[in-house]
Amino acid sequence: MDVAVFWVLAVLAVVCGVMVFRFDSMARATFSLLASLLCVGGLVVLLGLDYLGIVIVLMMTIEMAIMAVFMVMYMMNPAGLMPMTMIHNKKGAAVVCGLVFALLAAGILLAPWPARRGKAPADPTMDLGMSLMGPQMLTMMTLGMALFATIVATVVLATRRGRYDRFGDDLRARRADDPVRGGVGR
Amino acid sequence: MGERTPLWAVFVLPALLVGAALVTAGFDAVLAAGARRGRPGSLRETAVRAAEPGRQVLRHLVQQPRRTRASDLPLARIGAGLLPVAAVLAAVVLPLGFRSVSDLPEGIVWFNAMEALAWAAVWLAGWGPNSTLSLIGGYRFLAQGLAYELPHMLAITTAALGAESLRVGEVVDAQAGLWFVVWMPVAFVIYLLSAMAMAFWGPFDQPAGRDVAGGAGGELSGADRVLFLGGRWLLLVVAAAFSVPLFLGGGHGPLLPGWAWTVLKTATVLAFLVGVRRAIPTVRIERYLELAWVVLTPLAIVQALVVAVVVLNR
Repeated sequence: MDVAVFWVLAVLAVVCGVMVFRFDSMARATFSLLASLLCVGGLVVLLGLDYLGIVIVLMMTIEMAIMAVFMVMYMMNPAGLMPMTMIHNKKGAAVVCGLVFALLAAGILLAPWPARRGKAPADPTMDLGMSLMGPQMLTMMTLGMALFATIVATVVLATRRGRYDRFGDDLRARRADDPVRGGVGR
Repeated sequence: MGERTPLWAVFVLPALLVGAALVTAGFDAVLAAGARRGRPGSLRETAVRAAEPGRQVLRHLVQQPRRTRASDLPLARIGAGLLPVAAVLAAVVLPLGFRSVSDLPEGIVWFNAMEALAWAAVWLAGWGPNSTLSLIGGYRFLAQGLAYELPHMLAITTAALGAESLRVGEVVDAQAGLWFVVWMPVAFVIYLLSAMAMAFWGPFDQPAGRDVAGGAGGELSGADRVLFLGGRWLLLVVAAAFSVPLFLGGGHGPLLPGWAWTVLKTATVLAFLVGVRRAIPTVRIERYLELAWVVLTPLAIVQALVVAVVVLNR
């Protein structure tokens, strides 16, 4: 059963991955990629890492949905409704892909894979959390805050309207002058 | 937790959900008719109104399907079909009483992941027909999605934190003495708000709003339309039902058996959500977005913090 599921998911993942480059529509390419990633999530669940697998499904769905919007938005033809191709620089890309594939395949075949030591943990989610978070909680928290601060800083730097636009040159205005009224009483 | 669930439960679950969705839709239709006439109708009228959703389904199924020009039919079909599938898959971890079809160890994350599939579904359904208004509907839902998802996720996480487990069964067990709604009221309210929003329902129905001629599902017809609009009802039922094991003690309650309590509580929450839609007009997107980011998300984090401190001191 597991073997059958593995092959179905693996073949689907590869086929969907290939179709990303065959489709001529950005929406189809994006969701083909999503389908491929969902299959990968299923494969991770099959490995017994339920939590990681489900999180892959969750994150990839949200990410690809948002990606679809941004990719269509930034396409050169209006709304991305015209046929397009995901393939550029075909020869160079083919060479790079071939090399990477050969490298990875060689790695799989040549690496001295270790045999399993000990038993599989009863609760892999718990063990994963402990090994990620346990002694490194402070690192994770700092990292999270740093990433969040980066996002906020980027948005602040990128926005056209600064606080002087909103609150006047002396920052004295009682109400912010926003083009769009907000939801918290402004 | 109870013993293993028999295999037939897998087939009963969708039927049960569809039944619940039809009853809810019938209730909504009766309310709508009552509101239009300003007085409750006779018993017979009420029965006719309550059967309205069923008739609608049949009507759509026999109707000649419409096609738009240069539509991306496969994508629209996938979008419309994915919505009910996501709802049913999310319901797999819903316990009826104390038994669910599959009490996954990561049930809460699973539920959230399946809800997220609905996002993709709505966007696909909006994109597929190659029509402006449905496209706007799809985009609206995605744009709002992040603002809904963050407080939603935090509220769900708070319940998991209170039970110290991602397993829905253990979350229910943890509420044997005290329902989570009592000491996590903020998370409960945020969950209900975002649950409505996830099903683009009630005050959050702009993705399918009248100002864009039905929005995301506007161009769908025939079986696709039944799947899409039915899937939305399913999503609402599932999201409402999930608040019961998360915050309302699941099957716990005196006298009645567990499943009866689950049904009773779910029906109460659903009736409340249906009533809310009748009472509150559609909220403009930008207003709710700011509320979600500036007020609800910090509130949800503070609520999670309070719960974490309580759990650590236990």
